[in-house]
Amino acid sequence: MNAIIISAVLGVIMMFSGIFLKKNSSIAALAILGIIVLLASTMLEMSGYRFFEIDTHGMLNFEVFGLLFNCVVFAATLALFLLNAKDIAAIGSNPGEYFALIFFVLCGIAIASSFSTLLMLFIGIEIISIPLYILTGSDKRNLRSNEAALKYLLMGAFSTGLMLLGIAFLYGASEKGTFVIDQLALGKAAASPLMITGLLLLTSALAFKVSAAPFHFWAPDVYDGAPTPITSFMATVVKGGAFIAFIRLFGDAFGDIKPQWQIFIALLAAATLLIGNVTAVFQQSVKRMLAYSSVAHMGFMLFSLLTLNTLAREGIILYIAAYCVATIGLFAIVAKMKDYSFEGFNGLATHYPKLALVATVFLLSLAGIPLTGGFLGKYYMIASVIQNGHFLWLVILSLVCAAISVYYYFRVIQAMYFKEGPGQQLETGSGFTGWLIVLALIVILLGIFPQWLIDRLYIIYL
Amino acid sequence: MIPVLLIAVPLFAGLVAFMLKDGAARGWSLFASLVTLVIALIAVALPGGSAELAVNVEWLTGLNSRFALQLDGLAGILCLLTALSYPIIFIATRGEQYKKAKNFFGLMMLSQAGMLGVFLASDALLFYFFWELALIPVYFLASQWGGEKRIQATFKFFVYTFLGSLMMLVAIIYISFHTRDHSFSIASFYGVKGMISGTDQEWLFWLMFVAFAVKMPIFPFHTWQPDTYEQAPPAVTMVLSAIMVKMGLYGVLRWLAPVLSIGTYMWGDTVSALCIIGMIYASLIAIRQDDLKRFVAYSSIAHVGLMCLAIFATTESGMQGVMIQLFSHGVNILGLWIVVYLIEKKYHTRKISELGGVAQKAPVLTTMLVIIALANIALPLTNGFVGEFLMFNGIYGSKATHYNVLFMVTAAIPIILGAVYMLKMVQRVFYGPVNVLTEKTTDIGWNQKFVLGLIVVLILWIGVYPEPFFQLTRSAAESLLSKMYFKP
Repeated sequence: MNAIIISAVLGVIMMFSGIFLKKNSSIAALAILGIIVLLASTMLEMSGYRFFEIDTHGMLNFEVFGLLFNCVVFAATLALFLLNAKDIAAIGSNPGEYFALIFFVLCGIAIASSFSTLLMLFIGIEIISIPLYILTGSDKRNLRSNEAALKYLLMGAFSTGLMLLGIAFLYGASEKGTFVIDQLALGKAAASPLMITGLLLLTSALAFKVSAAPFHFWAPDVYDGAPTPITSFMATVVKGGAFIAFIRLFGDAFGDIKPQWQIFIALLAAATLLIGNVTAVFQQSVKRMLAYSSVAHMGFMLFSLLTLNTLAREGIILYIAAYCVATIGLFAIVAKMKDYSFEGFNGLATHYPKLALVATVFLLSLAGIPLTGGFLGKYYMIASVIQNGHFLWLVILSLVCAAISVYYYFRVIQAMYFKEGPGQQLETGSGFTGWLIVLALIVILLGIFPQWLIDRLYIIYL
Repeated sequence: MIPVLLIAVPLFAGLVAFMLKDGAARGWSLFASLVTLVIALIAVALPGGSAELAVNVEWLTGLNSRFALQLDGLAGILCLLTALSYPIIFIATRGEQYKKAKNFFGLMMLSQAGMLGVFLASDALLFYFFWELALIPVYFLASQWGGEKRIQATFKFFVYTFLGSLMMLVAIIYISFHTRDHSFSIASFYGVKGMISGTDQEWLFWLMFVAFAVKMPIFPFHTWQPDTYEQAPPAVTMVLSAIMVKMGLYGVLRWLAPVLSIGTYMWGDTVSALCIIGMIYASLIAIRQDDLKRFVAYSSIAHVGLMCLAIFATTESGMQGVMIQLFSHGVNILGLWIVVYLIEKKYHTRKISELGGVAQKAPVLTTMLVIIALANIALPLTNGFVGEFLMFNGIYGSKATHYNVLFMVTAAIPIILGAVYMLKMVQRVFYGPVNVLTEKTTDIGWNQKFVLGLIVVLILWIGVYPEPFFQLTRSAAESLLSKMYFKP
């Protein structure tokens, strides 16, 4: 509850911050302060300090898993702000508003990670989506940004329709006529065709939000057109937020009728892995490549939805944490560059050795090389499927895809280290590089002592 | 404690090297590699089973994986080879100039740490970690300092090994779920035989074997090798073929054959046939090869094939032979690469057809090379003979296959072909008339004389008195073999 209210209040504060604060840098500083407050309040809620006692009539349910997840995405947003707050403020002429919209999105994520009725799920997802339509088009003078926003809005509205239809079907199919997710799939209703149809519609809508294939077509264009820091936000925090809604929905409502839907999720995961990875190979711009890579990573994340066992639950938090840190770090570097193409990275190691080194760590993590958090994330995902026992073909497919992913990630490494280039002038302060190094250390720490971090989180806040 | 030192010293030295100046890094890494060598010698000298040779502390508790290292005879002989190779490589390539030398030497030391970790790990997940860690520095080394087509060649190498190791990871996870305590420790892995059905072992075998086969490499997984060896800088090629190749054989010896013994038995004939095809195929190509680097690369494929064949024979003498040969082949191939490196440096060509009469101008180099070449074709009194004799003995006496005689006879063909191509190369490069290219040259420098002399001493020592090496590896060979036996 803390996060929902505080993030909404922070959003309002940020909206009016432009009246009091004239300088971009002070607005950025206020935003960083705000996200720290938000993160701290969520952590406090995990240890039992609830600032607001509001009776939600069972509409929201704040369990540790969701709160822990919120901590991860808020921390990721903090990282994004520390690296790119100035870039966000510089997108257009209303710096405060961009931050306000981002806080509203976080509010939506806090709802989506704690819903216990389908109505709250819908509200959460919409609160996530609507500010994003605006953020995507926030670079008003850029035609591509406008195109991306329109495309996103049209496709998003369509998927919202699907979602509502699905919710209506589920409501109709449930025995008592209820939106409460615990009671949806009880009794005879569990296997009725109406229920499965509703579930499929809802799955499609959510698959659209997390850009799982074949509902991913909007993602590369939108990611490419949106201002880079916003792309970074969408590809990491938002994606994680929508995915956690997915996990909660299937885990709490439909965990008992797994056989009914598992095959759909398996096919979704397979298509996402294959399409994401193969298409990423053909990209010429690093930004677009990262967009497809985010689709590809969703394929791995879907493994946890498929199995829903303990390994999956622990692993998905680690996966999202590692993925967010690495992707935010890479986008932060891309945001400083004028030339997004692979050639733009030529010779980066000569001119900016530190940047090249941290970028390499992030890329290795995304590729899933041991010693990085990305490896352990992948490990958990693969292990959860193997423990599940079925769908081993999916594991083999994911191996091939992981090998393909090495191709496009290493293209960047090759450009940075093994190719000569004039090198671009990047505006990087020592603070920027310093925070990037911290992120790289976190990636490595997640790779060597993940248990340590997970244990701490559980021990302190349980 | 000693296994930790073996990994920590090169790791630390590598990290320090990145911060040094280019000139200092060269001396620093030579010093560190000598320290590592001393530690390895101490480790080997200690009686087997000492408490100092094992480490076991908590690591990933949630996954039931521990930071466990163990140095037995097999690990000992490979650690010795690794620790010995690096100073030899550094001394032999002393004159070589590198751009950003500190990075080069830093990465070299990191690769040593990774490989020592592979040989020491006694926890499957830790083994996998080191397996990949050894690869990353080598990838950067070969891509940054190699020949013209280095980026493509190295990338091919990387993708092959990466896909292979991912398959191994799946097998490791699968096996660990079936162990009694759901852990990754080697003892649990050795106890898993009865808990996994024969049919499961059959496909698990291939998941793991492909990872090792790519590293060795075994036909048809070998296509990355000649390109990578040709394009990588000389020092890295030496590391790749003297040590990294052994990782594949080691993996089969330690993590595959004793763990999935039914699978190993079921596929033994298939793998043996692949080994023999690869040996004959590589030998025939080596005969026609004009480029010295590719020549050595193909000859290495032939030799490794024989070692793999001997592992699958599952006999005591075969095992003993493989363990000796792991070391001997490392030493011999190192010698060959040093000679190739010196020739390329002196004459700026690797074409056998353009060279001739080197013996008249460089008698010391020639003498050394002839001894190394003879060891490579396994002449008695050289180390190659000891290993290959035992291996052939083992292949012939194998009870794991019905085709033991056939395997032995066909495996002898590439040995004969080996003599053909090796002697032909010696003849064409070192003897015959001096030509324009080789006319004005001098013999090798003191450092090269020293390392080649050292290699020759090792060759003759193992050839004449291999007993200390047998003593080192005997118990390891027996204990591994006992785990590979079962009643089919």
